[in-house]
Amino acid sequence: MIQFFNMLLIGIGAGSIYALMAIAMVLVWRSTRVINFAQAGMALLSTYIGFELVQKTGNFWIALPLAMVLGALFSALVEILLIRTLIKHSTSGPVAGIVPIIATLGLLGLIRACIGMIWGNQDIQIQPPLSKVGFKIGEETIALSPMNLLVLLAVLGMVVILGFIFQKTSLGLSLRASAYSPEIAQLAGIRVGAIRTIGWAIAGAAGAAAGLLQTVNGTGAVSPDSLEFSLLLTFGFIAAVIGGLESLPGAVLGAVVLGLVLAVVQIYISGTLVFIVAFALLLLVLLVRPQGFIGVKAGRRA
Amino acid sequence: MSLIVKDLIVDHGAIRAISGVSFTVETGKLSAVIGANGAGKSTLLRTLSGLNKAAEGTAHWGEHNLLHGKPESHVRSGVSHVSEGKSVVAELTVEENLDLGALWRRNKKEAAETKQQVIELFPRLGERLSQRADTLSGGERQMLAIGRALMSKPNLLLLDEPSLGLAPLVIEQIFQTIRGIVDSMGMTVVLVEQNAMGALKIADTAVVLNLGSVATSGSAADLIADPAVRAAYLGY
Repeated sequence: MIQFFNMLLIGIGAGSIYALMAIAMVLVWRSTRVINFAQAGMALLSTYIGFELVQKTGNFWIALPLAMVLGALFSALVEILLIRTLIKHSTSGPVAGIVPIIATLGLLGLIRACIGMIWGNQDIQIQPPLSKVGFKIGEETIALSPMNLLVLLAVLGMVVILGFIFQKTSLGLSLRASAYSPEIAQLAGIRVGAIRTIGWAIAGAAGAAAGLLQTVNGTGAVSPDSLEFSLLLTFGFIAAVIGGLESLPGAVLGAVVLGLVLAVVQIYISGTLVFIVAFALLLLVLLVRPQGFIGVKAGRRA
Repeated sequence: MSLIVKDLIVDHGAIRAISGVSFTVETGKLSAVIGANGAGKSTLLRTLSGLNKAAEGTAHWGEHNLLHGKPESHVRSGVSHVSEGKSVVAELTVEENLDLGALWRRNKKEAAETKQQVIELFPRLGERLSQRADTLSGGERQMLAIGRALMSKPNLLLLDEPSLGLAPLVIEQIFQTIRGIVDSMGMTVVLVEQNAMGALKIADTAVVLNLGSVATSGSAADLIADPAVRAAYLGY
């Protein structure tokens, strides 16, 4: 019983961080039709910046929002300086449509190399702001520490705020209209170019939060070749795809399902199977329901 | 203020879609642009709203240069374009589609008044505000597209084939509404139509396009009476 309960906690906890990453990927996909493989690199950079900010301010809860703002700025710059130009100029040739996507792969390598040059290749360590000892229910220690709980609440808060922005504000309406139908949005007077940049900026903030929260929730150690960030990219991407790639609720649902499935595998079968199962789940969803959990079949632009 | 298009040339890659088109539409008039498929009617409108780039020529709406700047800035200068094929965002609700057209407007009170006017003009939309746009009928979607354009408070309205795919009765209704917008709001309208007869009946003036050039133009009444136009475009 307690094992099952722990499995749920671990699954939802991991899933919540994948959700932030998946949200970032969905936002970028919706605003520019680019899969941003550099998202992990951007999150890593934001985490290093967060590390510096924790050193300077001594307070993780000040460093986190600041790192998110800087992550947003960096992401917006990438869109303005790199992606926008590539989309404009790569209009012909066999690889035209995927040039920006290939560029994000290059950017991922570039960011990691730059981080290595600036901070070195050894681990840096970010102190967790809260205890990582699990709460106790009676005699049993459960797989939920104050740190885990805060991460969960922080992610939940961000998802709620994002949901509010998207559904209830003018900016959200602009973002949705530009994603679904850029031409009609333009004809309605929306500055689609600026809205794209804002989409990237929000993605950068979500990615920064994913990177920092994952780090303090895990070992606290980060290096430029951190395996955790490769996993974050892979699992965030899988979550976004099985969620439908177009939908923010889909991304969250995909991430939680992925987190739970991986937790089941880890606890009841074997930790070594996690990767295999994650990709098997991706393939299964693509085969059975290619539009994802929340996605509309072809013809959605009717 | 009038719409003045002079010697307009538009290319689609290597193909010349519009080759030297000139015409004028006076304020408060409804001008129909008719012609066969591929005559360049849609390209003409898309160029006037900034979606396509012109190769040569000029196009002005009053002082405003229509060949310069992005579609979103034309909208802010009073030029609204309803593109071909029910120009609504299917995934958004009716109300969101309407709001979309006025997001850029600073004066939210005025925008709310415009919304009220649009709903009075199209009561069917008022009954369906919270429905998704893709649940509407074809005619309702066309009304929504026009309503969205009106939300931007235009003084020049560019309509691309509003009758496309609609039942004859609904077409009649849409055409009457368009005429009403011109008469009651003093709107200037350029109406691109495949349905030449329907468009000529409500239009003040008309331009007949053929393979990217102006075949003939004049008052709508004269064109209806012109035997050549009747034979080529009206089918009798």
